[in-house]
Amino acid sequence: MLTIMSSSPASSRAPVPPSRWAEVRSGVAVTLGAGLGLFPLGMAFGMLVVQAGLPAWVAPLFSLVVFAGSVELLLVSLVVAGTPLLTIAVTVFLVNFRHVFYAFSFPLGVVRGRLARIYSMGALIDEAYAIAAAQPRGWTGPRLVAMQVALQAYWVLGGLAGVAVAWLLPGPVEGLEFALVALFIVLAMDAARTRAQLPLVVAAAVAVGVALLLAPAQVLVVAFALYAAALIAFHVLAARGTALPLPEPVPVTGPVPVVAAAGERAGTDAESGAGEAPR
Amino acid sequence: MTGTAYLVAAAVVAGLVTFCLRALPFALLQPLRESVLAARLAVWMPAGVLTILALVMLLDAAALAPGEPVDGTRVAHALIAAAVTVVVHLLAGRRTLVSIAAGTLAYVLLVNLA
Repeated sequence: MLTIMSSSPASSRAPVPPSRWAEVRSGVAVTLGAGLGLFPLGMAFGMLVVQAGLPAWVAPLFSLVVFAGSVELLLVSLVVAGTPLLTIAVTVFLVNFRHVFYAFSFPLGVVRGRLARIYSMGALIDEAYAIAAAQPRGWTGPRLVAMQVALQAYWVLGGLAGVAVAWLLPGPVEGLEFALVALFIVLAMDAARTRAQLPLVVAAAVAVGVALLLAPAQVLVVAFALYAAALIAFHVLAARGTALPLPEPVPVTGPVPVVAAAGERAGTDAESGAGEAPR
Repeated sequence: MTGTAYLVAAAVVAGLVTFCLRALPFALLQPLRESVLAARLAVWMPAGVLTILALVMLLDAAALAPGEPVDGTRVAHALIAAAVTVVVHLLAGRRTLVSIAAGTLAYVLLVNLA
């Protein structure tokens, strides 16, 4: 595909984007590790739903409408206790507040079409952010959305499997949920490969430590807030000319991640063709 | 006890709050796209955010909730499994699936057999 593209520059059309199907497949392929964590956790969620005495359809309903692992597990205990809807809203707001920070580096810009964009934003779970952040370049719309659909499929199917298993087995395989911890460890290691990233990792670890002391019940949200504050402080220092041992953003002139847009914007964007050719 | 309407309403409320938290920042950040701060945050966020998620989930796995009695065995299991994950990831050529499978297998074996 790519060779055809670069060997026929005389064609009046703009370069053909990589085949949609190939993009979808590569989007699904990068989710396999996450699936190993999401499916068992989905099963745990499905089993919890049944064991809590809720109707089985609650599992797929939550997983389709809410699609937020930790919140869904929490929601089971909240609805069993008959918690008022306002309290549920506030709790969900606090637990999911971290998603506010994801918009900074999630490559939503590659997704074309209103519905696809709405889905991509709605399905921006931790794992989707993590996978996108671990490889910041080369995302296309089909690849990104396929990645998110695959993640949701693991989660929904895991929930259904959990419901089925809860009817059959006396207890779950204990410890499978560690797959999610391992996933985040691996993704953090891949995101922080260079020495320049080390101060960021240290700052994050300090943020977790301080959050544990300040707000043990809201470690995740507080740690994110502290880390964001630290980054803004770094930015202020950098803006004043202080040399920081941190990676500086590469000025991205070419529309690197906007490959999917090339097809739709046929002809209007000569630059994207030029940027595409070397790859 | 828990009516269908209530369960559906709870799902819709939780879903709406979650969607707004995920979608609104994209709209609010739009004017910031060109800013240096936003560019730096985009580069600086992932390594730290992923580190925070990994640490907090590890704390959960180790059940290190402050105020509760520390279960030394469980902490040891989580730390050993985390170490297995890291070592395998570094030694086996950063193959995500292999590293996760190794760490998870270690944890499952420790929790069920040790």
